[in-house]
Amino acid sequence: MTRSEDIARLIETGAAWLLGFLWILPLAYAFWTAFHAPEYSTRFALAAPLTLENFRRAWEAAPFARYFLNSFMLVTMVLGAQLVLCTLAGYAFARFEFRGKDIAFFLVLVQLMIMPDVLIVENYRTMSHLGILDSIPAIGLPYMASAFGIFLLRQTFKTVPRELDEAARVEGAGPLEILWKVYVPLARPVYLAFGLVSVSYHWNNFLWPLIVTNSVNSRPVTVGLQVFSSGDQGIDWSVITAATLMTSAPLLIGFLLFQRQFVQSFMRAGIK
Amino acid sequence: MRASAAIHGWLLLLPAAALLALFTHWPVVGTLWDSFHATPKGGRAAPFVGLENYQVMVADEVFWRSLVNNLWYALGTIPLSIALAIVMALWVNSAMRGRTWLRMAFFTPTVLPMIAVANIWLFFYTPQYGLLEQFTSLFGMSSRNWLGDPQTALACVTVVAIWKEAGFFMIFYLAALQSIPPSLGEAAALEGASRGYYFRRVVFPLLMPTTLFVLVNAVINSFRLVDHIVVMTRGGPNNATSLLLFHVYQVGFSFWDTGYAAALTVVLLFILASCAVGQFVFIDKRVHYQ
Repeated sequence: MTRSEDIARLIETGAAWLLGFLWILPLAYAFWTAFHAPEYSTRFALAAPLTLENFRRAWEAAPFARYFLNSFMLVTMVLGAQLVLCTLAGYAFARFEFRGKDIAFFLVLVQLMIMPDVLIVENYRTMSHLGILDSIPAIGLPYMASAFGIFLLRQTFKTVPRELDEAARVEGAGPLEILWKVYVPLARPVYLAFGLVSVSYHWNNFLWPLIVTNSVNSRPVTVGLQVFSSGDQGIDWSVITAATLMTSAPLLIGFLLFQRQFVQSFMRAGIK
Repeated sequence: MRASAAIHGWLLLLPAAALLALFTHWPVVGTLWDSFHATPKGGRAAPFVGLENYQVMVADEVFWRSLVNNLWYALGTIPLSIALAIVMALWVNSAMRGRTWLRMAFFTPTVLPMIAVANIWLFFYTPQYGLLEQFTSLFGMSSRNWLGDPQTALACVTVVAIWKEAGFFMIFYLAALQSIPPSLGEAAALEGASRGYYFRRVVFPLLMPTTLFVLVNAVINSFRLVDHIVVMTRGGPNNATSLLLFHVYQVGFSFWDTGYAAALTVVLLFILASCAVGQFVFIDKRVHYQ
């Protein structure tokens, strides 16, 4: 290796690190502010004492415990429904022949382009007709039949060897039993991938929950955070950044602990 | 046997199909229908008004502003986040020192809620004591209100979107890079090809399906994701950062003019549908729809 190549590599590594540093900077700044007393929020001193006071104040200033519970229920409900619905539909598309299958599949794929996120006006009207505005099911319902999930599972089920299917059938197993005993266990990594993507999507979702909820009893953390930080807090950045980090914490901690799984899951979900 | 397979197939599909019809297909039709009707008042059925909502739209300056903003926003976020994603993926995939740390740094914004990200950046851009101001003042630049100035506000929210998305797209490129056999690189090196040449002639073409996939996602996101607008600027100053979906949200849920909001949604649906058609035409169907 020549000298000039060495130098080029060095410059490249430097550039990569600089970009990485820039990428983490806004978050690092938020961490600094959240863990220090307000007088240090914009002043950097290495000796500044760490404190959890901002988190305590944020936690007491808004019903975050309830918001967390709501988000938790929302994410669980959506994921549970998605797993059942998408498994059944994915299985139908992968292994059954019926008239209209191609059109049905096309109609499912439509949702990949036109997501519920842009149909807020009509979906709000539907929820209002159903009489379930301001409830957790209203937030989750439009997302439960996920085209992405159906597509992902269809692709996975198609790779299962037919022989396994046949063998189970010969032993007298019905379609649902075959699905449960043969297909589902083989798709475990895909379920993990889909689960992680779905949980992070719905924990982070904001606009639709903002529209469809208006009370503490149904708001997820993202909406709670917005109500909190645009309320009469003035601009106490220490408390707001603390609240911000709090709402991101479950995913952030999960990500830092299970980095490999996260990255691989997002990869797996994307390749299909 | 055949008939029973068909019945089973439909039964399996039924629950998902019902929900999809209710919350995706029906709303699309409903949007079209409502766009030709006035906003219903006091429980009475909305009267048919023909193209009136569309005439209002043509005369609505905020709509045009939002559309143009959205196009600039898309033109800013899409190419930059894709280019950065490729560079990031190449770095993270190489033998570079600290690449695990880099991967974490690049990917972290993806797992954060957009709303949290927006709060963090709001603080970052704060006049006088935000980090950006502290940095520019080191160089003796005069203080400015980055988000309050119509000239810079749109660029500011574009940067946030790039920051959030580049790491997400990086993952797809990383997956694609890892599927390229290393023997190709070794062969190219033996032949004396430079790294730049190898990237241009071998790697980049092999990444093409990924690029198209990412491109479609990026386009959809640039019309779908307005959480940060709600938090950072509320479309201001003077509608400088209003995007289409944000305008829909304001018309529909601040002014409660649902008839007009439906007409605006039709424009959004039209853009997304053209994107879908474009994808079918340009992307080799085998890549994603096998």
